[in-house]
Amino acid sequence: MTAAVLEIRGLRTWFFTRAGIVRAVDGVDLEIAPGEVLGLVGESGSGKSITGFSVLGLIDPPGRITEGSIRFRGEELVGAPEARLRQLRGAHVAMIFQDPMMTLNPVLRIDTQMIEAVLAHRDMRRAEARALCADALRRVGIPAPEERLKAYPHQLSGGMRQRVAIAIALLHDPALIIADEPTTALDVTIQAQILYEVQKLCAETGTSLLWITHDLAVVAGIADRIAVMYAGQIVEQGPAAEVIGRPLHPYTLALLESVPSHNRRGQPLRQIPGMAPSPLALPAGCRFRPRCSRAGERCHEPPPVSMPEAGREVRCFHPCNRPPPEKTEAAPEPDRRISRPSSRPSPGAG
Amino acid sequence: MLAYLIRRLFQAAITIVVMAVLVFVGIYAIGNPIDVLISPEADPAEIEAAIRRLGLDQPLWRQFLLFVSNALRGDLGTSFVHNEPALRLIIERMPATLELAVAAMLLSIFLGIPLGMIAGLRHDRATGRGIMAASILGFSLPNFWQGMMLIMLFAVWAGWLPSGGRGDTVPLFGVPVSFLTLDGLQHLILPAINLALFKTALVVRLARAGTREVMLQDYVKFARAKGVSERRVVLVHMLKNILIPVVTVLGLEFGSVIAFAVVTETVFAWPGMGKLLIDSILNLDRPVVVAYLMLIVFVFILINLVVDIVYSLLDPRVRLSGRAE
Repeated sequence: MTAAVLEIRGLRTWFFTRAGIVRAVDGVDLEIAPGEVLGLVGESGSGKSITGFSVLGLIDPPGRITEGSIRFRGEELVGAPEARLRQLRGAHVAMIFQDPMMTLNPVLRIDTQMIEAVLAHRDMRRAEARALCADALRRVGIPAPEERLKAYPHQLSGGMRQRVAIAIALLHDPALIIADEPTTALDVTIQAQILYEVQKLCAETGTSLLWITHDLAVVAGIADRIAVMYAGQIVEQGPAAEVIGRPLHPYTLALLESVPSHNRRGQPLRQIPGMAPSPLALPAGCRFRPRCSRAGERCHEPPPVSMPEAGREVRCFHPCNRPPPEKTEAAPEPDRRISRPSSRPSPGAG
Repeated sequence: MLAYLIRRLFQAAITIVVMAVLVFVGIYAIGNPIDVLISPEADPAEIEAAIRRLGLDQPLWRQFLLFVSNALRGDLGTSFVHNEPALRLIIERMPATLELAVAAMLLSIFLGIPLGMIAGLRHDRATGRGIMAASILGFSLPNFWQGMMLIMLFAVWAGWLPSGGRGDTVPLFGVPVSFLTLDGLQHLILPAINLALFKTALVVRLARAGTREVMLQDYVKFARAKGVSERRVVLVHMLKNILIPVVTVLGLEFGSVIAFAVVTETVFAWPGMGKLLIDSILNLDRPVVVAYLMLIVFVFILINLVVDIVYSLLDPRVRLSGRAE
């Protein structure tokens, strides 16, 4: 097996606020192989975006990485000097943000914002950089790129702006792109297009992709592997088809059951009871315990990560491939039926 | 753009007419200039003649119409006191005030924006807090007191700078200016600082608020994620966004600096328009006061227009259109 592009070990990114310490990311382990697409799935506030920003060293105070290691192609990024991180950002690790309306500076033209991205890493004349930018725009399917370069962000549609952001991310053929919910703010039809483009372009260039999303349907369509994040921790990780087809962690199962699908038409959608815990007051032991129908006495201890099957990791005492514990705290008998969507949800059905 | 300018000109004309009425009526109400101008011992015939000469025997509306028709010909009346055209009196003193105002504005821009940005970027550190504390002083210390303290410190105790007057001037395009001679520059420093302190404090606070807002925006983070240098992130991505509110406020402030530099000009014996205004009000020299206020209205309208145009240059989302919203 080739060495991982990105290897995150025991990452903790905490925010030291007046109200207390927010453990946004609390012991995350991830690995991304070259050319691999890893889907990082979780609810809002689960720490998935903070994980992405941690890789780039873009955590704003009062947050900081307190522990752990992030290795990019073997190079340690935690504690690396800012100058080195700046060299890597954009050139080797690029990022695409959630809201295309907000990622481009409203008072600067597209060409200004693209050319500066080129010149930040390459020594070349402006005219050459400009030609490079036009090519990049063409690559992401933007017609008449020369004209678009002269436009201001507000003159472009949301989908167009996200394409520009993707073009910027692809400018230097990075080894890794971190995409932080890049399709959430877009129309469903545009979502599908953008998904397709990014997938295609990454496959062409062999770029690894960390796709952060709350939308399992989106990630099912493009990810090779999936990591499910809950309250700052990875609770389950494995090949995409297996995680979706046969989830091991009760949280993953609950997430899948809350996605509308064809084979349960007419039935009410299942909801996950309760609310995601406040990161200021995380429950002791398993963090999903208060909302979990399978929780038992042991779950007051923090569950270790186990590897019940090859290539699959789960952080649970009572994974779904085993019978639930005898003494359940929750009154209703948990539904043992494992959801198997007959067809994989199409991308864009979110 | 052309439609926009035409609409603005039309608005400006209305503003000037309304202002003319207000000024004229207001000034008419504040007292009888005869009491000041003519000695009480003068005999009734002399007083009668003076009233007739100054046109004060006419009813108010007649005086107003005369004023308007003269004004349209560029004649804003003749000073009762100096017996010179009011407009010329003011224009003569305008370069001194403009020079002072421009110097003060430049000081507040080039001090205020960097200080404000530093205060915003380091809002939780001693530097940021120190700048904010100093800006509160700039805000709250009375202008005349600041002026006197400056004179005491730098002119009386240290003896580095002159305490008042304009110093040597040299003509620049036929207009006398101080800043091109060493002596003039030395005279300019203290009043300019005095006038700039309040504006600087204002700009610092605006720039800080803008910085704190902009620094959290996604586009700033995205610029960093592109690997752009921190210097460029601050000086291009952040600064250009911050300038939008700063320009708006500074434009208005520039007008008020020109119009109401009275206190500074008085404290530093700066021979500008403000001092003329105060003297004219004291002497009930109506034509000068009216001409002054009309000129100031004109200046404000002009500045607002410039601000709008600069605004549209800074913010591409603003397009000047001929249609009213």
